[in-house]
Amino acid sequence: MRRLMVTLLEQPKRIHGGLHLDANKTQSLQQPLRSASVPGQLYIPLSQHIGEAAEPLVEVGDKVLKGQLIARSPGYISAPVHASSSGKVVAIGDYPVPHPSGMHAACIVIATDGEDRPADTRLRMDDVFNADPADIRQRVRDAGIVGLGGAGFPASVKLNPGPDREVDLLVINAAECEPYISCDEALMCSRPQEILDGVRIMRHALNASQVVIGIEDNMPTALVQLQHCLDQTGASDIQLTPVPTIYPAGGEKQLIYALTGEEVPSQGLPIDLGIVCHNVGTAGAIARALTQGEPLISRVVTVTGEGVRQPANLEVRIGTPVADLIEECGGYTDDVARLLMGGPMMGFSLPNDSVPSIKTTNCILAASYRETPQVTAASPCIRCSDCADVCPVSLLPQQLYWYAHARNFDQIQDYNLFDCIECGCCAQVCPSHIPLVQYYRFAKTEIWAMESERQFSDMSRQRHEFRIERLEREKKALEERRAKARKALKPKVGDANAKQAEIAAALQRVKAKKAAQSVGPLNTSDLTEEQRAKIAEVDRRRSSANGQP
Amino acid sequence: MEFPTQSSPYLPLNKNLSRLMVQVMLGLIPGAMCLFWFFGWGILFNLLITSATALLAEAAMLQLRRRPVTATLCDGSALLTGLLLGLSLPPLAPWWIPVVGALFAIVVAKQLYGGLGYNPFNPAMVGFVVLIISFPLQMTLWPPPQGIEAETLGLADTLQLVFASVLPADTTLDSVTMATPLDVAKTRIGLNFTWSEILADPRYGSFAGRGWEWINVGFLLGGLWLWQRRAIHWQIPVSMLCSLFIMSLFFYVADADSFGSPIFHLFSGATMMGAFFIATDPVSAATTRRGRLYYGAGIGVLTYVIRTWGGYPEGIAFAVLLMNMAAPTIDYLTPPRVFGQKDAEKN
Repeated sequence: MRRLMVTLLEQPKRIHGGLHLDANKTQSLQQPLRSASVPGQLYIPLSQHIGEAAEPLVEVGDKVLKGQLIARSPGYISAPVHASSSGKVVAIGDYPVPHPSGMHAACIVIATDGEDRPADTRLRMDDVFNADPADIRQRVRDAGIVGLGGAGFPASVKLNPGPDREVDLLVINAAECEPYISCDEALMCSRPQEILDGVRIMRHALNASQVVIGIEDNMPTALVQLQHCLDQTGASDIQLTPVPTIYPAGGEKQLIYALTGEEVPSQGLPIDLGIVCHNVGTAGAIARALTQGEPLISRVVTVTGEGVRQPANLEVRIGTPVADLIEECGGYTDDVARLLMGGPMMGFSLPNDSVPSIKTTNCILAASYRETPQVTAASPCIRCSDCADVCPVSLLPQQLYWYAHARNFDQIQDYNLFDCIECGCCAQVCPSHIPLVQYYRFAKTEIWAMESERQFSDMSRQRHEFRIERLEREKKALEERRAKARKALKPKVGDANAKQAEIAAALQRVKAKKAAQSVGPLNTSDLTEEQRAKIAEVDRRRSSANGQP
Repeated sequence: MEFPTQSSPYLPLNKNLSRLMVQVMLGLIPGAMCLFWFFGWGILFNLLITSATALLAEAAMLQLRRRPVTATLCDGSALLTGLLLGLSLPPLAPWWIPVVGALFAIVVAKQLYGGLGYNPFNPAMVGFVVLIISFPLQMTLWPPPQGIEAETLGLADTLQLVFASVLPADTTLDSVTMATPLDVAKTRIGLNFTWSEILADPRYGSFAGRGWEWINVGFLLGGLWLWQRRAIHWQIPVSMLCSLFIMSLFFYVADADSFGSPIFHLFSGATMMGAFFIATDPVSAATTRRGRLYYGAGIGVLTYVIRTWGGYPEGIAFAVLLMNMAAPTIDYLTPPRVFGQKDAEKN
């Protein structure tokens, strides 16, 4: 067991590169956080997280209750799915899901009955701070909680440092650096106690010695609310640290660097430094599950942009179609030009508004062309290297672009393509308007495809080799078996005399066989006595002639 | 409701290629005005001829290469190349000098390599070097700067000289031109003059060549403005000027009679224009942070070496082209340390 010590900095560090972007968060923070109404139909995708898709446990026609488990997780890296409200399962099949490609995937469709009757989830723990961490993890897992920051990695997995590692520092990511998104800020302002409860549960589950909440210094209200909550209880177990507002300070590795000055190793995880990082919304969800028994059936979503009449933060049931959320916020304005899920830097554009909002949906941005202009044709790269200046990972985006463009996928990996976090800073400052991130995604996808192709051919070759080996082994085994069988047929021999006798008998047999064979072809068996005598006579003469030449 | 899709990021882009080029052109104004003030109408003719030739050549080449003509011309890069070349040429050179230079710069050095972004060498400097190697005589046709007691040509006279090679009555080519301070210094050092003797010549002003010192100040101011607008990075000009300063200081301290002072070198010839406008051409320069420092330092050292021991009085153009050759290697050898990696060594 090793314990790594992490020191929190007095003064948070500025991250490498990055951009100062217009925050545009005030629009959605004008109104207090409120609950969106439950829609008539919920489209609940079976895969809202990183890992295997959940397997449905209900059938069309089944009545379900709010919070009832409707799909179980088949593996460790997976998350179960719950009914967000009570009603009837009306369909299970492929429907549009939030994805850049506009693809369809398996969803459970629930026609809600408006009663919102809750199920008994048995997630609540009475004495959570004395509970076994394994029990807490199991319940977090059963509650279907995934990272709410955007990636959707199952939270229970990140609460399990493993048997040979200890966690020194728990970092709660409340930086929310991307423009327009304010769901975490709204949550912190309206439910600070819930967040602190969740943070303490996480800390207990991880047995972390220090806890810090990293929050961007442009959220004074949230900071005051959290501090107020901490002061009320007189607790000093959780440190609140404002970090300088710069995009992408909310990236996991960037935030850890800002708070501790330590760099998470390339291709490594924070746990390599004894650090675990969770999103602040995830903390809230864990508190709700373990203290109120409510699984992850809703989350806060920012609905904003010039394309929507009344921007707001809404507590949204998982599976609510985006169109219902827009309706909830007064509908589209005439300026609406583009619909984004997530922020304007790392989000993706939706082809239509019928997709549901899911566990990882933090923002719906209905943007005007003024906010998100149409792409213009890209000019050639002039190697100004402004992109390299703003890269938070200190990559050389101009070189990556060059090699992606040339499809030189070996060289591009030498330039550390896979350290790219796709934050979009490079594309944002490019004077030639080259969609750089798109090139990197393309290169990554190609390399992954090549890799899986290579793995497939490796496997095929291996299988072929195994088959040859197996055939040979079987042949050999068969021969051995035959030899054994032959041996078993022979009589067991006792002493040397018997052996001698046997050898003699064998020789006799051989002689007899030879003799039989040598006469066989002469075909003389049916001869009369006379003929035989004649033959003998001839033979004798012959041999005597041979003997005296 | 249906919406158009596109890849992230989505925010409005503030930077723009043609705006960048226009900024660099604006940065040239103080230096160009000084040049015009000290050397007259010829400067303007050069600028007009090189710009027009560069634009026409670019348009023709784009047409031949079946590339969008108007959109590409609008990026301003061809015009900028023309202006940079025009500012480097002697004002009394015959009209075909700027034409040949601009043609070579755009057609060979830029478009034949694939156009903007693909040229390994600075096009304007390629054009300049072709001229100085092929037409050394025409490339010396600098008039005496304003402020020296000598014959100066007016607009009409300059027009006639440049376009028809007709000199005004009672003048010879020698009487209307004058060797540049760097040229004179080079010749006289070769004749065993001391620096103090050389500087006594009326060609020299308060701290460098008469006129040239203020032209360099002009380009320095324009360059600082560019840096302040973040149109250029500071590393290349700073390291170039520093290395030129250190080189000249070293030899000046060792032997003040035979070597020019650091201030003389910094404010002579094309030093400031080279540092802020030529060496900073991103396409042909090194792009990593450390690489830019080495690249600039290399130009500074080579410039000094060529000026002092080389065959030409001014070495900026050659130094830039030599370092252009080294830029890809410099980039390859100076990658930044990637976040989360132990060192910058490549695997």
